[in-house]
Amino acid sequence: MISVQQIHKKFGKLEVLNNFNLEFNAGKSYALMGPNGSGKTTLIKIILGMVLPNSGEVYVQGKSIKGSFSYRSNIGYMPQIGRYPDNIKIGQLFSMMQDMRPEVKNYDLELIEAFGLDKMMDKPMHTLSGGTRQKVSASLAFMFGADILILDEPTAGLDPMAAETLKNKIKKEKDAGKLILITSHILSELEELTDHAIYIHEGEIFFNDTISSLKEITGESNFSPAIAKLMEWSLKKNTKKTELTHV
Amino acid sequence: MFKLLKYSLYDIVKSRFALLYTLFMVLVAISIYQVSEDMSKVSLSLLNIMLMIVPLISAIFATTHFFNNLEFTELMLAQPVKRRDVFLSQILAVMFVLSMAILIGFGAPMLLWGADITVLTLLGIGISLSIIFAGLAFLASVLTRDKAKAIGISLSFWIYFSLIYDGFVLYLIYSLADYPLEKTTLSLVFLNPVDLGRVIMLMQLDISALMGYTGAFFQQFFGSAKGILLSSSMMFIWMLWPMGLAMRVFKKKDF
Repeated sequence: MISVQQIHKKFGKLEVLNNFNLEFNAGKSYALMGPNGSGKTTLIKIILGMVLPNSGEVYVQGKSIKGSFSYRSNIGYMPQIGRYPDNIKIGQLFSMMQDMRPEVKNYDLELIEAFGLDKMMDKPMHTLSGGTRQKVSASLAFMFGADILILDEPTAGLDPMAAETLKNKIKKEKDAGKLILITSHILSELEELTDHAIYIHEGEIFFNDTISSLKEITGESNFSPAIAKLMEWSLKKNTKKTELTHV
Repeated sequence: MFKLLKYSLYDIVKSRFALLYTLFMVLVAISIYQVSEDMSKVSLSLLNIMLMIVPLISAIFATTHFFNNLEFTELMLAQPVKRRDVFLSQILAVMFVLSMAILIGFGAPMLLWGADITVLTLLGIGISLSIIFAGLAFLASVLTRDKAKAIGISLSFWIYFSLIYDGFVLYLIYSLADYPLEKTTLSLVFLNPVDLGRVIMLMQLDISALMGYTGAFFQQFFGSAKGILLSSSMMFIWMLWPMGLAMRVFKKKDF
């Protein structure tokens, strides 16, 4: 559904993504992992068209995204830090976003009700706590029933109950056949929600396969030690690398 | 586009700045109207205040607004809307609010105490300068990622056009006093929107007689239909190019 081909991105002299190729298919959920600054968010932003790559192409549902904007109506995006205009109220923000997508008529309001946001529609955004903003971001990402969901650290800042609600929602959407892309540093959560692991190291794909094969290759039966081993290997950059890269 | 504009406008109007700025303009206008009965003196004083303050406030406000709304801009860019529309909705909202502040702030006292063509010209110049400096501020904002740096660049635009440029022109005229400089000074005036505004305004008043031969030349030029057309289209170009350039940069910018 999303195809990233030969993406190359530099910020000044810093090479963030180097010759990047990835395929994301519908009905699967992907965990995007990597140390801080490895280029996860940049990749997401390139897919969303917020960052423009120096070279390479991104195809969403078969069409190149260059110069296009309508493809984004098929993407639900939850940013790492959702910040909104101070003077706008929650209800207004929701109706504004609905205004941006006039073609969608049926809204998925499940999360809004589950988070209790429907009772505080009159609160201005600047009075909200970080966690509540995060709830707003999550509700917005799921509101339009988009086929592609991109979640950048979705549960960071949420209380355990809200995090659980969100995770259940993600699982439900995954079972409904949507493409889900999650970045997170909480490994237990990734194991629960995703079936495919992508590990990025210094702008290159270090590992890209299912979680079960990750466990097999590293010889660990649990997800966290397997990732820890992967990180260790990536830091050493030993010969295992060629063996591991499946792309 | 209009949906986006509606929401950006709503956000600015709700912020206290718009109200305070309008109130400030009303106070300035009222106090000057109280001092003198002579309409040309009033408009001259208003002009002097406006030429300094309007560009400064426009530049600072537009820059801070751009950076305060950066997260919101990012949010919009992830939605199915054109980049061009996101940019235009932001800049047009700022320009609209700045213009309305002048229109209401200076216009309300004028309705009360009367106005003539000079005061109306003054309004036009105030609005043009707001648009020009908001455009320059947005240009400074899209060229850098740092808020402080962008405010610095916006401020230097203001200092350059309000102070340094005049010094440069005066120096040129003084050191080349032996040559006929009318056409040169005329074209130099065109290269600075603040000076252009000032000259257009002064030519409406009767004080150009005090400015010697150059003043007479200017009076002849700006009094003619060709001069009016040329100076207003020059003002128009000044309003368009910073905005156009900023939009080009914005379209290629990484967020």
